[in-house]
Amino acid sequence: MKPRWENLAFATAAVFVALAFTSLVLVTAGASPFEAYWYMLKGSLGSWSKISDVLVAWVPLLLATAGLLITFAAGLWNIGVEGQIVLGGIFTTWVLRLLQDSTLSPAFILILAIAAGALGGALWAALAGVLKVFGGVNEIFGGLGLDFVAVALTLWLIFGPWKRPGIGSMSGTEPFPKELWLPTIPGSRLSLWALFIGLVSIAIVYFLLSGTYFGLKLKAVGKNPRAAYLLGIPTTRYLMMAFVLSGLFAGLAGAVQVTAVYHRLIPAISSGYGWLGLMVSMLINFQPAWAAPVTFFFAALNIGSIQLPIVLKLDSSLSGVLQGALVLSFLLMGGVRQRWLKKHQQEASDD
Amino acid sequence: MEIELRHIHKYFGPVHANDDITLTIPSGSIQGLLGENGAGKSTLMKILSGYLRPDAGEIRINGSPIEMHSPADAIRFGIGMLHQDPMDFPPMRVLDNFMVGYPEGLLLPREEARQALLDLSAQFGFSLDPDAYVESLTVGERQQLEIVRLLWLGAQVLIFDEPTTGISAQQKEKLFAALHRLADEGKTIIFVTHKLEEVEILCDQVAVLRAGKLVGEAKPPYDLDALVEMMFGKVVTKGERVSAPLGKPVLQLKNLAVESHRIRIAGVNLEVREGEVIGLAGMEGSGQRQLLRACAGLIRPVEGEIWVDGHNLTGKPYHDFMRHGVAYVPAARLEEGLVPNLTLLEHMILADEQRGLIIDRQAALDLTKERIKTFNIRGRPHSTIESLSGGNQQRALLALLRPGLRLLLMEHPTRGLDMESAIWVWQTLKRRCREEKTAIFFMSSDLEEILHYSDRILVFFSGQVSEPIPATETDIEQLGQLIGGRGFNTPEEATP
Repeated sequence: MKPRWENLAFATAAVFVALAFTSLVLVTAGASPFEAYWYMLKGSLGSWSKISDVLVAWVPLLLATAGLLITFAAGLWNIGVEGQIVLGGIFTTWVLRLLQDSTLSPAFILILAIAAGALGGALWAALAGVLKVFGGVNEIFGGLGLDFVAVALTLWLIFGPWKRPGIGSMSGTEPFPKELWLPTIPGSRLSLWALFIGLVSIAIVYFLLSGTYFGLKLKAVGKNPRAAYLLGIPTTRYLMMAFVLSGLFAGLAGAVQVTAVYHRLIPAISSGYGWLGLMVSMLINFQPAWAAPVTFFFAALNIGSIQLPIVLKLDSSLSGVLQGALVLSFLLMGGVRQRWLKKHQQEASDD
Repeated sequence: MEIELRHIHKYFGPVHANDDITLTIPSGSIQGLLGENGAGKSTLMKILSGYLRPDAGEIRINGSPIEMHSPADAIRFGIGMLHQDPMDFPPMRVLDNFMVGYPEGLLLPREEARQALLDLSAQFGFSLDPDAYVESLTVGERQQLEIVRLLWLGAQVLIFDEPTTGISAQQKEKLFAALHRLADEGKTIIFVTHKLEEVEILCDQVAVLRAGKLVGEAKPPYDLDALVEMMFGKVVTKGERVSAPLGKPVLQLKNLAVESHRIRIAGVNLEVREGEVIGLAGMEGSGQRQLLRACAGLIRPVEGEIWVDGHNLTGKPYHDFMRHGVAYVPAARLEEGLVPNLTLLEHMILADEQRGLIIDRQAALDLTKERIKTFNIRGRPHSTIESLSGGNQQRALLALLRPGLRLLLMEHPTRGLDMESAIWVWQTLKRRCREEKTAIFFMSSDLEEILHYSDRILVFFSGQVSEPIPATETDIEQLGQLIGGRGFNTPEEATP
């Protein structure tokens, strides 16, 4: 068998394992799996408006994943990605609030606000980076801590300094005037500008990691920092750059959530796209080429499960079950494939 | 116990690592197993110790065939192996390591084990502290621990895989004494090595492997030339001593002092000139590594100055030293020298000068192919570095060095290489000295290597450094005495 076919066979097997597991969950819950999958498909790709909703969810997930691929290349688990998205949202909101009554053109304000979001994410990531590189705090612990701080900060802002006139509520800050919304395609919530930012970002990350000295050095630092240092690579600087770049893309995700989707700061501004991005990264084995299609698929699952509670009385978290099952079964099949290859090679050499 | 290996075959992918090996090892003797790197010695011993399973063939103990699925099975049959790199648990205490693998019961017989450890150690003259942490032990001491552990578990057959790599001369002496004693007690000892002199002084008989096949057996008195021919298929010699003409000073050490948690060396004054090779001799852990690392800026000296090509680089980081043409080659290839999972091609790109931001893949591929040819690396540009054999990794490490270096600092440049590869390595190094005027500063535990290739030699003895000794004015005996501490004017020497 050719490796390409092997890969395809194992990937297909993994998908089947995940579907089988999810179906089992559905059957246990007393629902028909086929009906559920059919509604998920219809709910995500059934009409143009559904597809545009999927694209709306796709962009922030793609941005978060793009950022994570950089830190993964450097051997870092950037668990702080959620907080970095949140800080992106906060910085964007901050700049919009500062400038919404000014005489600057709305387009210019939006550009500034999105740039500020990127900066916010980068700064929050840099903090995790400083803790890791100079403080010796494992980036998983530091990032997790900073995630909680970021959420607390959002809540404080929404119920404190930035609360709506009258009384603060979980629905978020006062929505911005329409001129400060990223323009959307009429009749849908999809902003072509946001889509553009997402696609350009993943293209940049793909190129950075596959074709540049920067990407190769980052990989070397990730796989063996000591050898990388002896080869002349300034390891601490590269680790910090990985954090900052990763946070920058996460911050952009937050900025897009504020300017294109919610038009205000809400408590759940990150919508869990950071966690989902981590899952996608593992699923695609950290290969940037697969990021776009797989994040699209995950976004489709999220959107497709929205109407499950209405039509089938199932919780919409079913998409999470399927996504989790997919990641686990792909990791499992990866292990199976390794064993199979080993055996196969031995048999081949016996001939 | 008499061990019989019958028609053993083992494949790793396309490599036929053991090809129909049949060998009988009588009890109460020391059996040598000789061969160059990659000859299949370690594979065969891992099969005998239950660590690997043969693809075909049979193992017999005292005439009856046995079946083993794991090292634990092997030790039940009385077969224990000391691996080339100690397989122990550095963060645990000596006593805990000693008891790991104890087969029965829920409760650990701590006191009984402690007594057994002390008794066994005393028998062989080892001084093992049951409460010390294994990471604080030298390689030699870890080996001693492994010996007594296997004996306590009831090993009747002990396999030693290249046990003299990385241990001091004294530890080696102790080890050999222990081996003789064990053989006298009727234990079967298998001694795997690629060093002829060890076979000569130690082994009651020897089997030679080459390219996976058993090519011959011999008994004392050994005909060394015949053994060499069996090992390599042809006779090799180190060749004539060559020295490059010396130029202006490259490295100057002025009253240098370096400290690490275990050792302090002080008052080093030295001038190394273009084309010169300086060898650092001494027991492992006598301060050679610290001095080498300090000369690369990897350790900050506590006193004194380091000048490279007339620039004072004292206290500067390694990357500043690199910019002045200094390169450091560590002994731990996969830990410090190379990046596992990256390919040869990617290594070449990383080591080569960066041109622009974007990698020119074609140019890099051409360069890599050329280096693979020049350095005779058995591998392809897209082979990952860990898929290469140890010798080829060492060649790759050398292929990564940029041309035109001023100073090359090397830990054990030929450790783990067979003689032919080692000679080849030194040919390329000497060529650098001659043609590029590179100065080389290297440490090695192989005295012959130091004597043969150095212009001057520094001997280290527990943190003290001798005056530079011209290599032509000394011999192995004198160096050996110095390494043992004789000839150093020190307070330590005055006390008996």
